[in-house]
Amino acid sequence: MELLNAIALLTNFVLIPATAYGAQIALGALGVTLIFGILRFANFSHGEVMSFGAMAAILFTWFLQGQGVSIHPLPTALLGLPVGILAAIAVTLIADRVVFRYYRQQRVTPITLAMASIGLLFVLAGLVRFIIGPEHQNIADGERFLITAFEFREMTGLDEGIGIRQTQALTLVIAVIAMVALFWFLQKTRAGKAMRAYSDNVDLALLSGINPDRVVMIAWIITGALAATAATLYSLDKVYQPFIFLQILLPIFAATILGGIGQPVGAVIGAFVVAYSEVMVTYAFRRFIGYLGPADWAPESMVQLMSTNYKFAVSFIILVVVLLVRPTGIIRGKVIER
Amino acid sequence: MTSRGALYFAIMAAALLATGIFQSWNVAFGIIGMCLISAIMALGLNIQWGYGGLLNFGVMGFTALGAVTAMLVSVPPVTEAWEAGGAGIMLSLALLVATVVVILVARRMVPAHLRTPVTVVLVILGFFFIRVFYVPATERIEAVNPAETGFLGGFGLPILLSWVLGGLVAAGAAWLIGKVALGLRADYLAIATLGISEIIIAIIKYEDWMTRGVRNVTDLPRPVPPEMELWVAEWFVSIATFFGSDDTRAAIALAMKSIFIVLFLIVLVVIFWFSQRALKSPWGRMMRAIRDNRDAAAAMGKDVTSRHLQVFVLGCAVVGVAGAMLTTLDGQLTPTTYIPLRYTFLIWVMVILGGSGNNWGAILGGFIIWFVWVQAEPFGHWFIGNVTLVMGEDHWLREHMISGAVYMRYVLMGVILLTVMRFAPRGLIPERS
Repeated sequence: MELLNAIALLTNFVLIPATAYGAQIALGALGVTLIFGILRFANFSHGEVMSFGAMAAILFTWFLQGQGVSIHPLPTALLGLPVGILAAIAVTLIADRVVFRYYRQQRVTPITLAMASIGLLFVLAGLVRFIIGPEHQNIADGERFLITAFEFREMTGLDEGIGIRQTQALTLVIAVIAMVALFWFLQKTRAGKAMRAYSDNVDLALLSGINPDRVVMIAWIITGALAATAATLYSLDKVYQPFIFLQILLPIFAATILGGIGQPVGAVIGAFVVAYSEVMVTYAFRRFIGYLGPADWAPESMVQLMSTNYKFAVSFIILVVVLLVRPTGIIRGKVIER
Repeated sequence: MTSRGALYFAIMAAALLATGIFQSWNVAFGIIGMCLISAIMALGLNIQWGYGGLLNFGVMGFTALGAVTAMLVSVPPVTEAWEAGGAGIMLSLALLVATVVVILVARRMVPAHLRTPVTVVLVILGFFFIRVFYVPATERIEAVNPAETGFLGGFGLPILLSWVLGGLVAAGAAWLIGKVALGLRADYLAIATLGISEIIIAIIKYEDWMTRGVRNVTDLPRPVPPEMELWVAEWFVSIATFFGSDDTRAAIALAMKSIFIVLFLIVLVVIFWFSQRALKSPWGRMMRAIRDNRDAAAAMGKDVTSRHLQVFVLGCAVVGVAGAMLTTLDGQLTPTTYIPLRYTFLIWVMVILGGSGNNWGAILGGFIIWFVWVQAEPFGHWFIGNVTLVMGEDHWLREHMISGAVYMRYVLMGVILLTVMRFAPRGLIPERS
């Protein structure tokens, strides 16, 4: 019984939140890894693209709510999501046309492209704050829980409950759908194969007659769609606030590099490693250990490795360790030469 | 500097003069002070990026280290807090040093294949051992009069001292970070430094025993004569009258700002002189050679990694000095104001606009970008206010747009950066080739 309680406790406070968070990071990291693999630069504006997409989704959600549209028990934001995706795709395509295409044709170093993405970051960050403001926006309507901790306790008779928020379940379902669709696309379709070929070896891909502009365009479309999805799910699950999306870059980059650059499967694995590490390192294990130990016994301290304020440190440590120990990542990705 | 460069500086001076005449001299002097600090930050980043080609996206972190140093140097110590937890903190620090030494020694003692596991085990052991003393000590310190202090305080020394110490602290941190992170690919270094700067800010925000965290430390001592003294000083009033000011309060504000401007100018000139000397020396030529082709430079026998470490440390030191100066000017430490857009990427815009690799360019970029950054706010208000008049005086959209107008300066900075990169990639005052 005590063991079951311990497991339930851990599931409720670590497993479920970390899984939802991991799925959100994974969707973001997939976009970064695609761009890293195909355009060969670290896209620092990715967080702001996410933010822009979520903002568009939220604005459309508000409009729908104003019209009295509702899909209760599901959150209205699900209807806003397609608009967010379209907005993010529009942003990436316009940015590519106006900013990145020129540098691509000049065959500049990755540093110049990364620097150009800082310019885009400024523009998007300003637009987002101008349009929706810097404050946090809560958009989760609909049912809050699939199952509450209380119901779970009633059902099982355990002392610890497992609550599953609807937004967490939705995150997972949508993320799985998006990933399956992406992997199917990359593995089975002609365009997907062209993208993988281009990512592996540009010259060879060009020789085989792959149209680079098309590959790049598809990469941006996928990136925009995933970014908006990730950010909208994140905002539903937690809260939307513009400044978060610069900070969230760090776990996303950590996941990308951990997984191996240009490796979509690696990005997903990396995202979950980062998310689980972050949540576990900042979780206080006191009650968990209390259940496992002898009766009426609990350690005196919180048994928390690090306060939640330092959660970036976790991504950062993962990042540095990977770069020093295995710079290619889990799944051997490319190490682009200097 | 070329005649074109001199022209840009003349235009900049005219813009500042116009601000003084048409807005107010108080605003103009305030902008000049911040322009000088921005120029120093840009010089620091230029040393790293312009000389060495290092992508440091962690400028914010080193600025904040300088800022914390300024606070710690100048604030008087809180005796009660020291009695409550000083010993515990000192013990924790000693243990931290001991842990590091043990790890370093152990790494030498054990065979190579055991090095990583032994290090990991020792890090974890040390971490828990230190916390035994550290956590209770911080709790006791933070419990001491939390409304007013709740931290250890500082050393009660003159704040000007921190302009040197801030640079040293930032340099020390940069050395540690550089040891680990340099040698990474350029954009990996950018990601790593971006992460480090977020961690530094998190520490400053949440280690309340050291910095009071989000509750800020205000009323730092200032390196200027007390305002009350000037208020009653006859010589001051007569000087003010001589300049045609009958408002003593405004005159005092101007005088304070002038003192800061003079101090900042001295620092800028000193740093600039050293930077120019370094750039023109054989060392500067070597740095440029490494930047342009590191493999060739390495083949010539140049130690690329340690040269990179050198420029990284030097640049961060300069940024740290600027951070301490900024806090001195503000008279307070406010950790929540540190955001990467303002303290990292804005400095990048300055360097890229001015001209990477050229110190004159870095200064010009610092001046222009800070001027535009400040003036964009009132201009944005005025502009959007007028453009949206067609909607009607108090249309909700108009009010929303006016309240958001301030954020359009981010957009402006992005547009400036992208335009310069595209059409004048070498900046306004290009590096001499």
